[in-house]
Amino acid sequence: MAMLQESEPLEGTLLPEPFIVSKVRRETRDTFTLEMEPLNGGEKHFTPGQFNMIYVYGVGEVPISISGDPVEPSILKHTVRAVGTVTRAITSVKRGGMLGVRGPFGSGWPLKEAEGYDVVVVAGGLGLAPLRPAILHLLRNRERYGRVAILYGARTPMDMLYKKELERWRARFDIDLDVTVDHATGGWKGNVGVVTTLIPGLKIDVPNTVALVCGPEIMMRFTVRELNKLGIPDERIYISMERNMKCAVGFCGHCQFGPQFICRDGPVFRYDVIRPFFQVREV
Amino acid sequence: MGKLNIGDKVILSPQGLQQLIKTLWEEGYTVIGPRLGDGAIVYGEVRSIEDLPEGWGDEQEAGRYRLRRRGDKALFGYNLGPDSWKRFLHPPRILLWKAEKTPKGFRITHNGHEAPRYAFLGVRACELHAIRIQDKVFLQGRYKDPIYMSRRANTLIITVNCTEAGRTCFCASMGTGPKAHEGFDISLTEVTGDEHYFLAEVGSERGSEILERIEYRAAARDEVSEAEERVSRAAESMGRSLQTEGLKELLYQNYEHPRWDEVAERCLTCGNCTLVCPTCFCTTVEEVTSLDGGSSERWRVWDSCFSLQFSYIHGGSVRASPKSRYRQWLTHKLATWQDQFGEIGCVGCGRCITWCPVGIDITEEVKAIRENAVKKV
Repeated sequence: MAMLQESEPLEGTLLPEPFIVSKVRRETRDTFTLEMEPLNGGEKHFTPGQFNMIYVYGVGEVPISISGDPVEPSILKHTVRAVGTVTRAITSVKRGGMLGVRGPFGSGWPLKEAEGYDVVVVAGGLGLAPLRPAILHLLRNRERYGRVAILYGARTPMDMLYKKELERWRARFDIDLDVTVDHATGGWKGNVGVVTTLIPGLKIDVPNTVALVCGPEIMMRFTVRELNKLGIPDERIYISMERNMKCAVGFCGHCQFGPQFICRDGPVFRYDVIRPFFQVREV
Repeated sequence: MGKLNIGDKVILSPQGLQQLIKTLWEEGYTVIGPRLGDGAIVYGEVRSIEDLPEGWGDEQEAGRYRLRRRGDKALFGYNLGPDSWKRFLHPPRILLWKAEKTPKGFRITHNGHEAPRYAFLGVRACELHAIRIQDKVFLQGRYKDPIYMSRRANTLIITVNCTEAGRTCFCASMGTGPKAHEGFDISLTEVTGDEHYFLAEVGSERGSEILERIEYRAAARDEVSEAEERVSRAAESMGRSLQTEGLKELLYQNYEHPRWDEVAERCLTCGNCTLVCPTCFCTTVEEVTSLDGGSSERWRVWDSCFSLQFSYIHGGSVRASPKSRYRQWLTHKLATWQDQFGEIGCVGCGRCITWCPVGIDITEEVKAIRENAVKKV
């Protein structure tokens, strides 16, 4: 019989912490924003752009970006679209239900580096979710940045996240918020077209602008192209990537993107760093 | 004779090896070494030299492996089989934790794991490099894997230098063999012939302590040179080679090389190469729930970048084509690995060539790309 010794328990990075869902808000037909608080108290400090692994008992675990306010670390906020087994299970948890959380993991938006610059935020669809904490930071520390412009594109008016908040942001005089939809439905009076159509109209000081981009890969591809056309170089464009992830700590290998591990080196990358791989299909 | 120091060389007889195995078990080690099993040399528990594959060798070629009788009494006269030591340090299936259902949700009930105390007997030089490469993956990043860490810390390593190379071997060109230079507790070189003996080199304090407990004798100069001679003969008889110079740049610049389409015509995307590879580390997790839902376990299991599920995100797999999956495996092993961990992820053991059911040869694929490389994209 082999001599066995009980080793140390798994570190916190591999073990989910119990969180209680305190609020569920429906954003769209299939997308919900959950607020959670740690069962055993405490806070989860994070940097805008980071993500958590969210676990549903007996079902599984998926990476979800954090959508909450970085200055409110006692409440964890995640916006989740029900697209697979685990995300369907997460979005059917009711108030008072329990979820497991590991994290936060990964890199954040370059909010410190962007100080003194104009900031353009370009979001497509659910891509607004990981950008929300960054936007909240920009608004709270408005004086540290130049002009701030937010461009948001959704498929239809029904697919827009954070509608009330968008209204509030739009009412502010110190930022420019522009919204567009791919397909208008009855009563829509705003822009129609993909989000990239809004880029040429940006009122910014191009040589002093940092862009934060998140959305489907195809949207990010065209957004980078339009931003480049405007004169913003790759070195000042940041994008957030998504890949299959199992461990979030660089062991499972699933999230590799060329030499990068999205979980560890990303999800937020300066575009020039990943450009050679972003331009190849099926990397 | 005084206490053995690191670097000292002594001679063990086969009986000395027998004592070594016995001593290791007495010291609380589970001795893992080569055995005959499933028509191949595999790694399993070794309690005596009787368990070792005496007189067995093998013939290997791309997509082919056969055991053969050697006609001598060599205990380590084989080249690598399909097993590697990652089976023990990074197990194919392992329980991460267990939870039970509670009225409010769930509670983690088990989060420890048993760390066996292994002594590996018969680690080849290339495999020692593979272990060192996995050390970088699991122990030298921002996070450390507690499972690998405890197993690795407990493990005693006895290498056996190769005195013959296989047809699919290319460790010499990778700079990883056939002789182990460091990172072992004891290193052995087997010499067969009129006298059957092992030249043993002390690699660590632990190795010295173990050797002190068994019978050995001083090594004569010609015994040392005979053993060394045999190892250098192995270096000269490598069946294959891989040119590593500029490899990263070559592959980075050739993501769209037509060769990927050609190899994809043959590749079955079965994942055999990833399972036999001693450095491939990818895993997935499985949630295993009891029938009544009262308890749920999370298991970590080996995974392969050749499966469609591996890269699945909502909407489909990122790497849908076999071409992209083969390309991911090869470029990871030889190119992106260098950016991730500072060295090539291949040790030249040749297992992926031998165990590929259609005989795809990593050295051939690299050669084909090199010969017809696309200019910088």
